[in-house]
Amino acid sequence: MSNVHRDDIGSKLGMWLFIFTEILLFGGLFITYAVYRYLHPEAFHLASQELDVPIGTINTIILLISSATIAMSITAIQQKKKKLTLWLIASTIVLAAIFLINKYFEWGAKFEHGIFPGSEYLDSLGYGDVLFFGLYFFMTGLHAFHIIIGMAVLGFMFYYVKIDRLTFDNFQLLENGGLYWHLVDLIWIFLFPLFYLIA
Amino acid sequence: MAEEKHHITSYKTYLLVLVALIIFTLLSVTITQIELSRWATVAALLIAGIKSTFVLLVFMHLKFDLRIFRVMVGLIISLLVVVIFITMLDFLFR
Repeated sequence: MSNVHRDDIGSKLGMWLFIFTEILLFGGLFITYAVYRYLHPEAFHLASQELDVPIGTINTIILLISSATIAMSITAIQQKKKKLTLWLIASTIVLAAIFLINKYFEWGAKFEHGIFPGSEYLDSLGYGDVLFFGLYFFMTGLHAFHIIIGMAVLGFMFYYVKIDRLTFDNFQLLENGGLYWHLVDLIWIFLFPLFYLIA
Repeated sequence: MAEEKHHITSYKTYLLVLVALIIFTLLSVTITQIELSRWATVAALLIAGIKSTFVLLVFMHLKFDLRIFRVMVGLIISLLVVVIFITMLDFLFR
């Protein structure tokens, strides 16, 4: 590999710069949430009680475990344990899928109760509820979108490890994929208490 | 790659951090279910802050990485905190 030019630190730096834009994107949304919560404390409090804390807690733990498995995959690839690396990446993708399935049922239950953006029932509840659920659907939806992209990214990583394009001395791409996955976890760490616990 | 050393984090470290993260999650759920006061809100956000520090330092390897990454992440977080602070000042003293 000595004839191939590679800049691992530059690659990681680029990934972090991208992560910063993501942090600022969600940061803006968190500020929006904070301001509307300040303007409509009562409505936010009542509306958040509609959310399912057990499902939210389970999903938080699922995402934390998936973060740990992808972090471990980097240890595994450094130890030249290809099979274990593949297993750990695959587990992360499966856990992500379980997270999305839970999300599907969670959103589905809201829809059944007539709570979705633009529904007549939600409109009848007033501004505060419209804002709370608007932010809830938008922010958890944008987060779920990141999960889907993350699954695709990790799918590529799985393939690259399988065909030995990523190996014990060339795994920066896997680390970058892992960084993206931890970002998704990081965002959820704040989404969960803000929407489910403390409104 | 030859000139740079890579830190290999042990599985045990990751497992311990994972256990800590889950305990913190359950703690924040418990605190807010028992009593929803202003302090419960502060506690839940504080716990979220501790959890994200764990994720950033260990899972995202900032603890073992070059100093420049820690500095950059620190600056971005400070920027976000300042913007949130200024926005809230605007709303509180309008």
